[in-house]
Formats: sequence, C-alpha cells, structure tokens
Amino acid sequence: MFAKRIIPCLDCKDGRVVKGIQFVNLRDAGDPGELAEAYNREGADELVMLDISASREGRATLMDTVNRVARKLFIPLTVGGGVRALEDARRLLGAGSDKVAINTAAVETPELISELAGRFGSQAVVVAIDARGTGKAKKETGNWKLESASAKFENRGATRDISPVFNFQFPVSESQSEGQTAPRWTVVTYGGTHETGKDAVAWARRVAELGAGEILLTSMDADGTQAGFDCELTATISNAVKIPVIASGGAGGPEHFAEVFLRGAADAALAASIFHFETHTIRSLKDFLRERGVPVRI
Amino acid sequence: MIALLDYGAGNVGSVLKAVQYLGFPSQVVSSPEVLESADKIILPGQGHFGSMLKALEERHLHDVLRSKIAAGTPYLGICLGLQALYEASEEAPGVAGLGLLRGAVTRFRMLPKVPQIGWNQLQIRNGGKGLFKSVADGSFAYYCHSYYGPVVPEAVAVTEYGETYATGIEKENVWAVQFHPEKSGEVGLKVLKNFLEL
Repeated sequence: MFAKRIIPCLDCKDGRVVKGIQFVNLRDAGDPGELAEAYNREGADELVMLDISASREGRATLMDTVNRVARKLFIPLTVGGGVRALEDARRLLGAGSDKVAINTAAVETPELISELAGRFGSQAVVVAIDARGTGKAKKETGNWKLESASAKFENRGATRDISPVFNFQFPVSESQSEGQTAPRWTVVTYGGTHETGKDAVAWARRVAELGAGEILLTSMDADGTQAGFDCELTATISNAVKIPVIASGGAGGPEHFAEVFLRGAADAALAASIFHFETHTIRSLKDFLRERGVPVRI
Repeated sequence: MIALLDYGAGNVGSVLKAVQYLGFPSQVVSSPEVLESADKIILPGQGHFGSMLKALEERHLHDVLRSKIAAGTPYLGICLGLQALYEASEEAPGVAGLGLLRGAVTRFRMLPKVPQIGWNQLQIRNGGKGLFKSVADGSFAYYCHSYYGPVVPEAVAVTEYGETYATGIEKENVWAVQFHPEKSGEVGLKVLKNFLEL
C-alpha cells in the first residue's frame, strides 16, 4: 500500500544545522552529514535541507554540504533556500539534490516554476508556500473529532455530509479563490516578513498549473508553536490540487502527525526541531502512526 | 563495461552515484560507438515517453540499444526505462516503444493525486530471485510517475496505486523496474546489486 511520508528538515546556516523560533535564538543542532545519516537509518522517507544563510559564502558552503550529504544518501533529497534562478537549481541538482524548493522567487516570478519544470521535470520542482490566516472570513463549524461518523457543513445554503475517512472535504467556494470575499489564508514571503495579500488556495492551484511537482505548505501561524499542524489549511490546499502536499509547521508530538494525515489530507509531513533534539524518533513516530491506521513505510 | 545510458534527460548522476557506492566501475555513455562495447546497459529513464524515444533516435542510440538487447546484453530499465519496453504509451500517441512487452502504457486514473510520488509496496511474485533476490515481499520502494505499464506475464512484481501495475520485469536478459532503485534506500541498492552482479 501507498505510504504517507515523514520528512525531517535540516535548516542549515554556514554548514551547520540550526533550529530557531522564527530564525532568532538559533541553536546549533549538529553536522548535516551526521544528521542525514542518522535520519536515514531511523527510517526517514526523504530529507529536506533549507539554507538560511542568505549570503554568498553561505551558498558556497551549501554546495559542499549537499555534496557531502548526497554522497551516501539513497532516499530523495530536496534542497531550498534562496533559489532565485535556473542556474541556482542546476547547481543544486548537480551537487546531488533530487529536487529544489522555491518560495519567494516563485511568488515574484511565477514563470520560474514552468522554466524549472520544463528544464528539469516537474518531479524536481517543489514549490514552498508560507501561508498565514487572515482571521477575516467566517470559520466553518463542524465536528472535528477523529471518532465522529460524519460532520455537516453549510456552504451557501447547501449542506454536505462529510465522512472523515482519509480526507476531509472542505468546501472551497469559487468566489473565495477569485478574491471576491476575503481569503482565509494569504501567502507571505521573505521568511514570513512580507505579506503579499495573495489568496493561498488560489496560489496553490496556480503553482500546480505552472508545473510544480509538489507543494511544501507551511502554516506560519502554527510554525514554532509545537501545538499541532494547521489541519484546516492543509486539507483545503490538498483537496484543491492534484499534486502532493507536504504539511509543515507546528509538529509537537506523534498525535499531530496522525491528525494532519487523517484530518488534514496531507500526503507527507515535515518537521525539524522535534527530531533534531531527539524529543521523538522517526521510528517511534511511525509505530504510533501505524497503530492509528496511517499507512507508513516501516 | 557497465554503460549508464545518457540520452540527455539528466537522471544519470544519481544512478551513477549508487553504482559507484556499490563498488562497480561504470561509464556514462551518450555515443552509439561506446554503447556498442557495453557488457551491461542501464537506462535511467525520466521525463516524457515521446521525448525519450525521440532523443534515443536522434542520438542514434535506439538501433544500437535494440541490437545489443537482441544479442543478449543484460539490460536494466528504470522508470521510463521500463515503460519504453512496451509497444506504446498514452503519453505519446504514435510513438513506438521497443515492443518487447505486449500492450500500452496508460495514465493513473483512480486516485486523486497524480503522479504517484512516494513509497509503495512490492508484491513479489517470483519467490525472491533474480531482480528481487534477498528482497522481502512487501518491501517499500520509491516511485515518481504518472503512467504505468500493465501487468504482463514477464512482471515478476506488481504494485497498486488504484490500478495494479508492473513494478518489476524479467524477460531473459531484459530487466526493468518502475521505481527508482537509486532512491529506494537499502531495498533499491539490493535490486541494483542483483543486476550488477549478473
């Protein structure tokens, strides 16, 4: 059976793995090569490396790091952070990564997505979307319990019966994605410092059309809280596109992963700090998930 | 000489790394003359069925590949390299495949997410020899594809993603896998080793 993927993320700065709360209070979390090997042994399905150096020296170190990590890694490796042009992607893929992740550059130059997909194939292009809730649109009410048999939603007078099997069907009104009513989530860039005002759901659809292979979706509200993934956001985006959605932001414990797969319709889930500081191991997480009926690769 | 056939679509690097890691000397080959002298051929296929077959044709690799296979040279096709063995593909109407397997490659239709990206299980049918020697039934491998080859008698393993499809092929000297052995951890390395040790 087809498995959900668990993906540890290494935030790298100047050749070291760091983890911070919104990039301040950076704590050194180790050597990328060693961590990669450890995660691989522990059963990670893929690895993501994000460079947060944002400097030329940092970029050169990144190539070295990718090379070192990729040499002994035989699971998919995605590298991102400051990728702005075809040349950046070419170098990262040449250094040993299988996929490149683009974020701000995709928002500012959407054609870059098609360019990369055309040149390297969609399977090599991951578009990262950082989304933040506006708190504006009316929140749908419903019964969110995992054990419940069904939940009803009102969508412009019609009611819908939703059964929580593996996917919750969230009503996504067309007018919302066309911008006639305020979007529930907007896209932010530059590490969350810049608000674009773009509807996150509409943007997700667009990146899929432009040739993205996967979406790496980070909830900026949940990120760093360790209080759980944003399942509503994840399910809304995942059900709006045909490409896989990797959930990111908010993981604090194994139950959060179960939730984002069972309620959030995520195809994969990414986490950093809970794995780096050995709060939880991938192995024990996968055992937990298997017990809850989530298909995982053991 | 183990030839990693490069037709310009650029996935050869990861396979080369895996083959090197396993300790086998190999060469990235893009010319028909060099391909002619290969003792084993690996075709890491990626991209579009039509583009790949066209590229093989344009680089004069297509005919050499055919004749080497007919002469008994061990061949391992990966991903598109498996799909190319069929007669045709829905992805590229009118483009002929190598025609070593009956039928046409078609697109996934049953599940909402296409392509299939991630790990899925091998249902091994031939008792763990050949391609899957030392590989347990139910092992996971890494897939990334929107099209699949139908189950044929030569399919020694199948996988299910809505539809059930051929995930491993053995036809005399022709072997092929739909998954990426260079990305499938220990399972993938074992499969590659089984071919390299032939």
